[in-house]
Amino acid sequence: MKVKPNNYIALEFLSRSVNEGFARTAAAAFATQLDPTLDELGDIKTAVSEAVTNAIVHAYPDALGKISLRASVFDGNVLEIVVRDWGCGIADVDKAREPLYTTGGEERSGMGFTIMESFMDALIVRSKPGKGTVVTMKRRIAQRSGRK
Amino acid sequence: MEVQTKTIDCTLTVSFRGELDHHAARETVTALERAVDAALPMHLTLDFGGVTFMDSSGIAVVMRAFRRMSALGGRLELINVPAQAKKVFDAAGITARVPMGT
Repeated sequence: MKVKPNNYIALEFLSRSVNEGFARTAAAAFATQLDPTLDELGDIKTAVSEAVTNAIVHAYPDALGKISLRASVFDGNVLEIVVRDWGCGIADVDKAREPLYTTGGEERSGMGFTIMESFMDALIVRSKPGKGTVVTMKRRIAQRSGRK
Repeated sequence: MEVQTKTIDCTLTVSFRGELDHHAARETVTALERAVDAALPMHLTLDFGGVTFMDSSGIAVVMRAFRRMSALGGRLELINVPAQAKKVFDAAGITARVPMGT
């Protein structure tokens, strides 16, 4: 049975690099309803930035394409972020997730998935060559004292 | 991303202001390498004090500066690295290779 989120937003944008800032800021703004610390907000922004940049750089290397971002809140103060593209896909997901592995040349560090993994609680990457990639990340925001 | 450079003696200081992501990386690298090529410094200091956000694109920028300074036989140092950027550097193991000061 699929658990329904208590709240969500869905965004769709073109794979232009100028949208990276918009996407991570929108996700962070949505996450503020969970009353995160500045540290937690920074982690969410960074992870979203990595996922969206991957889609822009790798999913659509020679063209512009559609990227969607869905952020949801579930019971237990859990934030889920899903970044989806309909681009070229990843042939070997395990290889792509290895630290320092990149096909992006000197401009990329190969640390994107490593950062998503270490900054979030869970990272699931599903990809089909020629069909696209879905990156799902989860992060539980700690309940702080003094919260309602 | 705003990039400011200042050379005193053999030390080149490059200060970044704004968000250092993939969108800003290319112009940042171009400005940085132009400044290094013009100054050929023995010591390169990258000032991250004005960086309001940084993702793994910043790692690639620092690694390029690191390789360039190694080729010149010089040293690289990062200063005023904010907590959010520091966490990204830590995840990549940069902290072990490049000195960070204030």
